[in-house]
Amino acid sequence: MSVEYMGLSQIKGPLVAIRGIKGAAYDEIVEMTVDDEQNTKKLGRIIEVYDDYAVIQVFEGSENLSLTNTHTRLTGHPLTLALSTDMLGRTFDGIGRPIDDLGPVYPETERDVNGQPLNPVMREYPRNYINTGISAIDGLTTLIRGQKLPIFSGNGLPHDHLAAQIVRQASIGDNSDDQLVVIFGAMGVKYDVAEFFKRTFEESGVSEHVIMFLNLANDPVVERLITPKVALTAAEYLAFDKGYHVLVILTDMTSYCEAMREVSSSKGEIPSRKGYPGYLYSELATIYERAGIVSNSKGSVTQIPILTMPNDDITHPIPDLTGYITEGQIVLDRTLHGQSVYPPINVLPSLSRLMKDGIGEGYTREDHQSVANQLFSSYAKVGDARALASVIGEDELSDTDKKYLEFGNRFEKCFVAQGENENRDIIETLNLGWELLKMLPREELDRIDTKILDKYMPADN
Amino acid sequence: MHNEYSANIYGINGPVVYVGGPTDFKMGEMVYVGKEKLVGEIIALSSERTTIQVYEETSGLKPGDKIYGAGTAIFVTLAPGIINNIFDGIQRPLKGIADKSGIYISKGISVNPLDNKKKWNTHITLKQGEHVTGGTIVAEVKETESITHKSMIPPYISGTVDSVCNDGEYTIDDTIATLTLDNGGTFNVTLSQKWPIRNPRPCRRRHPSSIPLVTGQRIIDTLFPIAKGGTAAIPGGFGTGKTMSQHQIAKWSDADLIIYIGCGERGNEMTEVLEDFSKLTDPKSGNPLMARTTLIANTSNMPVAAREASIYTGITLAEYYRDMGYHVAIMADSTSRWAEALRELSGRLEEMPAEEGFPAYLASKLSAFYERAGYVTNLNGTEGSVSIIGAVSPQGGDFSEPVTQNTKRFVRCFWGLDKSLAYARHFPAIHWLTSYSEYLNDLSQWYIKNVSDDFISCRNQILAILNQESSLMEIVKLIGSDVLPDDQKLTLEISRVIRLGFLQQNAFHKDDTCVSLKKQLLMMRTILYLNTRSKSLISQGMPISILKETNIFDKIIAMKYDIPNDHLELFDNYTQMINEFYDEIIIKNGQ
Repeated sequence: MSVEYMGLSQIKGPLVAIRGIKGAAYDEIVEMTVDDEQNTKKLGRIIEVYDDYAVIQVFEGSENLSLTNTHTRLTGHPLTLALSTDMLGRTFDGIGRPIDDLGPVYPETERDVNGQPLNPVMREYPRNYINTGISAIDGLTTLIRGQKLPIFSGNGLPHDHLAAQIVRQASIGDNSDDQLVVIFGAMGVKYDVAEFFKRTFEESGVSEHVIMFLNLANDPVVERLITPKVALTAAEYLAFDKGYHVLVILTDMTSYCEAMREVSSSKGEIPSRKGYPGYLYSELATIYERAGIVSNSKGSVTQIPILTMPNDDITHPIPDLTGYITEGQIVLDRTLHGQSVYPPINVLPSLSRLMKDGIGEGYTREDHQSVANQLFSSYAKVGDARALASVIGEDELSDTDKKYLEFGNRFEKCFVAQGENENRDIIETLNLGWELLKMLPREELDRIDTKILDKYMPADN
Repeated sequence: MHNEYSANIYGINGPVVYVGGPTDFKMGEMVYVGKEKLVGEIIALSSERTTIQVYEETSGLKPGDKIYGAGTAIFVTLAPGIINNIFDGIQRPLKGIADKSGIYISKGISVNPLDNKKKWNTHITLKQGEHVTGGTIVAEVKETESITHKSMIPPYISGTVDSVCNDGEYTIDDTIATLTLDNGGTFNVTLSQKWPIRNPRPCRRRHPSSIPLVTGQRIIDTLFPIAKGGTAAIPGGFGTGKTMSQHQIAKWSDADLIIYIGCGERGNEMTEVLEDFSKLTDPKSGNPLMARTTLIANTSNMPVAAREASIYTGITLAEYYRDMGYHVAIMADSTSRWAEALRELSGRLEEMPAEEGFPAYLASKLSAFYERAGYVTNLNGTEGSVSIIGAVSPQGGDFSEPVTQNTKRFVRCFWGLDKSLAYARHFPAIHWLTSYSEYLNDLSQWYIKNVSDDFISCRNQILAILNQESSLMEIVKLIGSDVLPDDQKLTLEISRVIRLGFLQQNAFHKDDTCVSLKKQLLMMRTILYLNTRSKSLISQGMPISILKETNIFDKIIAMKYDIPNDHLELFDNYTQMINEFYDEIIIKNGQ
């Protein structure tokens, strides 16, 4: 069945078209060979097919192709990834080919990289929290095993350092025998960024438990569209077939969406918001939803996608649609970064939707939810006090407002800020929270149940 | 059943498949596509080509693959077994799919929508020789602890009962009676019937809405109530608590039945509903909440075309139970995802886009959906209602986008969620200034009759104080609150009490999660009484600082937790407390 089709009928950006092809299936992978000195081989995917006419997306880009110098062969299957536990510690390119000179992976099985939707009745609701040792995350936007919690960042903000710190410090709350595996998917990132992560993994001694899929900024754009799917296919295999706890870091989702827009516009599709295709939401969902826990396996897939908000705009379609799919978000803030607060997490827009069920008695500590609510609520008032102070001057503020200002500063400097290697446990974080709340008048603490308030902050204090 | 006519695929573009040349298919007909028999629907016909939208992943389809017509429009099966179940967008049971294909949903799985092997203990209500018409109840089955399923003669059928079986155990496909139709021919009555999802089920007549859907949520029931048979929209950016609000209403509202449509949302949320609702008990009946709930789950990673259908599947199920005389509430989370599915498909069809890429027919589709709500007299004379509560996820939290704006035109209740409230963890984050309910006038008679004649006036006073606060806050933002006169400071203080003590409601607190109308009224009265007494103190020249020294305001804020729902007589103590507070201040500081 290996008929080769000579030539192409059209080349347009990363898309090529062939006429006269027989038996081409939608979403099938084709192999293309170019008649040049190296006999360059390229892979492509059929993205539209009409009778004997097929539109093919070429992963490596259409450079060097001409209408006559190409042989195309149908493979008869969609893009698959060879999977094995031997992949741990290896490095692959954006579509899953080894690039670390250690030879091919001998597959135990092969899977379609597009994956299939998880059946909601087979899912288990995630409840076990992951201790990251970072106060702003553990205390206020707790990461839960099986969650998808993106980092919304901007260019120049230390999201990579934060992600690396999470990887270094993430221990699993209840059962430390369970091995955490990290899968790192890079889409269009700079060489330095990939190198930084590689070094971090090596230095912290986890590189034996890391699989890297790298599509760097100068690698083909279309390949980027496959990278997260390849990474998640490996993640699902390790989690649901092999029982590992997998942490997937995907960076940068913005490059992925840009690549989608590029391909969409060369296909001549009708754009919706800001030129992105109408199916951006569905495409993002098929990536983010590949996280979770299922009832017949002890493994889990936790996702931390990183995206840089264009122009720091959280209403831009990419962060916006991401926020609607993921279970919360961690938002980094340029102002905090400017004040040398690391990690510069702006807690107000940050959120962890799964937090409510994974904290409190039996998980962290009974007062966790109350402390978190009160810190959020009080810190929200700091903003009002600051706005007022900038109009009428700090001296004119009421005593309560002055206390809020001080609380706000201490909160940012002591609670949010911490060292890049500082690993605070949850009790330390919660106690720190109480320390801060004690700065405020007791009657301002309206989110805490009186019983808890009496226990942790006796009235005479 | 579906080999009568077929055609060959000409082209494939995502979920859209084309057939060249004229075909025998009908508009809206259900078809089976390719070797895997993927379910699809005919959405456009011309002599040159037929367009099909496919409800499953199309990868692997080839030009030349066969398409078979099913002969009917896309339909749902209506019979016992719907409640306490979870379906995908085209009524395939997810548990059945899990049995066949494990943790993933594979393509082309054919599973019966309802269990047709299970025997139901049936009480047959038909009599021999009786003349029956569409809607007549033929049999009753105890479907769950909470719901008695009443099977009916399908609409538009009328005839005389020829023979009837005795009460006993029957499957949904067993014939339980035969009819001689009025226009000749015979008809076998079973417990089940089929209905095309895009057609509203008929009713005898619609009524104006005059009974509220009591949700137990204070800001909804008092400030912006929704009627049974009404429509409401909950718009809000991500993280503002749309899903949480919908869960709360699904849990605590006094509807007989909840249809929860998870349309393009998270998989874990559906799992949460399944787990939670199985554990929680319905406050009305004491049975598990799942015994009155059906879930339609088309999560965001499931095929987009089925997402478009899931809304119609849900409302058709709701109308069917309405026909039995039940009050059904639909939670549609989220209608924006449904609108985006329309946009995505419209883009694939290369239709001319209107605003923001949405198709021009967005508004008419939305209105047709919301108009299927209503309080009606059914064909069989019973009364029932379908209420729709639709979440809207506006892009960037901006309410001026087309889905929110068009939805606003067709719903009568608008619960706008606010980002800054959510950031301060004020939940439910429904903002009292942007929200409204057009049902208030229709429902005030009911409130006066069933709760108290001062309910509406209390409600209006509360809202007035909140409005005053917002205009005062404009000033405070500029010059601080210190310069305000004491009576205005009091307004700020009282509205703080209202915001924290009344509007804010803790979904995780056992007493606060659902509050009766009686308690809501007493809370309002207490707060307003505090307002009146404090005002009179201020007018006697007492400075606000003295009032604030007592902890009366915080006591009132905490009453939502401190007064258990079954000890409402404790409110008298609070009135007493306010009186003491008043007297004390007068004695201590009076001349």
